[in-house]
Amino acid sequence: MIEIEGITKRYEETTVVDDVSMVIEPRTLCVIVGTSGSGKTTLLRMINRLVEPTAGVIRLDGNDNRSLPGYELRRSIGYAIQGHGLFPHRTVAQNIATVPVLLGWDKARIKARVDELMTLYQLDPDAYGPRYPHELSGGQQQRVGVARALAAEPNVLLMDEPFGALDPIIRNKAQEDLLAIQKRFGTTIILVTHDMEEAVHMGDKIAVMDAGKLVQYAKPAEILAKPASAFVETLVGASEKPFRLLSLGRVRDAVEKGTAEGEAIPGDASQRDALAELLWSGRPALPVKGEDGKPLGRVTVDGLVKRAARPA
Amino acid sequence: MKAWLPSLLRLLLVVLLVAFVTNPGWFEPLLKPLTENGAPAIYNQGSLLTLTLLHLRTVLIATVAATLVAVALAILVTRPAGAEFLPLSRSLVNIGQTFPPVAVLALAVPAVGFGEKPTLIALFLYGLLPIFENALTGLTTLPANVIEAARGAGMTGWQRLTKVELPLSAPIILGGIRLSVVISLATATIGSTVAAKTLGEVIIAGLLSNNLAFVLQGGLIVAALAVLIYDGLSAIERYTARRMGRETE
Repeated sequence: MIEIEGITKRYEETTVVDDVSMVIEPRTLCVIVGTSGSGKTTLLRMINRLVEPTAGVIRLDGNDNRSLPGYELRRSIGYAIQGHGLFPHRTVAQNIATVPVLLGWDKARIKARVDELMTLYQLDPDAYGPRYPHELSGGQQQRVGVARALAAEPNVLLMDEPFGALDPIIRNKAQEDLLAIQKRFGTTIILVTHDMEEAVHMGDKIAVMDAGKLVQYAKPAEILAKPASAFVETLVGASEKPFRLLSLGRVRDAVEKGTAEGEAIPGDASQRDALAELLWSGRPALPVKGEDGKPLGRVTVDGLVKRAARPA
Repeated sequence: MKAWLPSLLRLLLVVLLVAFVTNPGWFEPLLKPLTENGAPAIYNQGSLLTLTLLHLRTVLIATVAATLVAVALAILVTRPAGAEFLPLSRSLVNIGQTFPPVAVLALAVPAVGFGEKPTLIALFLYGLLPIFENALTGLTTLPANVIEAARGAGMTGWQRLTKVELPLSAPIILGGIRLSVVISLATATIGSTVAAKTLGEVIIAGLLSNNLAFVLQGGLIVAALAVLIYDGLSAIERYTARRMGRETE
């Protein structure tokens, strides 16, 4: 659990982060979203004390984050940044091993952990381990960056626009990978982005920041349904709202009885994808199949449209 | 141009250089036409090999000292605590460069006497600037997100310096050392005006006795050394830069 209490950061006259308080539940993914200059990155960097707050306290599992020297604190918290920041003079394996080496793990344990993470990220340890970062593609570099952040098994992972430099297709894959890994390790993740789409898709909760203030901190559905201010409304994008709301739901939750013609859509797909498929193919209904391929029922345009309406 | 041609030329140059300093007698017929009145064609007041090795030793000592001081200074002024010394250290090092080595020799002799010492002082001062400026460039133009990642991973200031900043700026620092070495190789010859044992002795002897063969052989050995060392250091530089995926100019 991360408790942020009355955190303020001032640079001389400018207040970058203004009295922010929030609690991030363990094993959840919290997205901090805002425009550039909203103070979201500064807030993130105060959690691992890359920036020292002017006022306020941040507690990690009840301990003040100032009870350890900054560098020791940072070794216990994963940190991944935009453009990965890999060390160009070190191999992929050495990059991933950075924090374990600083912590003085023995060689066998480091190697086992590096191999585990590389396998998890679909990079063959023998083929990619000895390569240098510039020999990898952008998507691979990003994966190595996240693997490095996770190497010392941190409970908390901070990510600053980790997918910002990726093209849309690789970004989707990276987002899915991150969600899978969060489930697997139970890591508490705090992710900073300016992309509301990403926030709605990834976040268990979303914190919206504007001009240093925390404007709204709520579940994605609530942010969409009841934006706390005109700013949040703009950020959500009025015309996008129904589609974003649909993107939160899975097809299996919108299944109705009956059958339909054509290619079946998996129950895990988002309701937004299902609606898009319906609209594009001009059909009134689509069959839905479960993970085992058995039919679950169907989804209809009418049913999905009702779900896209503003929640009461 | 064929890829092997430069390597072949370098190899040829090494063979010629070694042959010349170890067995200068072999080349006497070539240099004989440059002499007048039956003067000796090959330097005969000392071994060319010894002079070459002493020349190299002088340059090596001066360059190692200049590298240590220049890099230490650059590290100091790029730390937050030392930032205010940046303008001061810049002007100090610049003075070292603008002061002509001959003047340094003239000033140093009364203080430390004749011989190798004044030459070392002059070369040291003269070699500081290129190394310092390059180290400064290297340490201040590191990719920001890499340094951020190093901090975020929990490296201490010292660990960031030794594990990330210095290795990353190594190719640029090496470039400065290369410039400094080449300047020193040439400048060391004037050390012989204050009785330092360098290849300058051969050139000066040639000038004093109006013997073109002496001047030429002294000059050619220094030139060959400079070309070979320059090439060698460039190759190391390219190798370290390529390993990091940095393009060399």
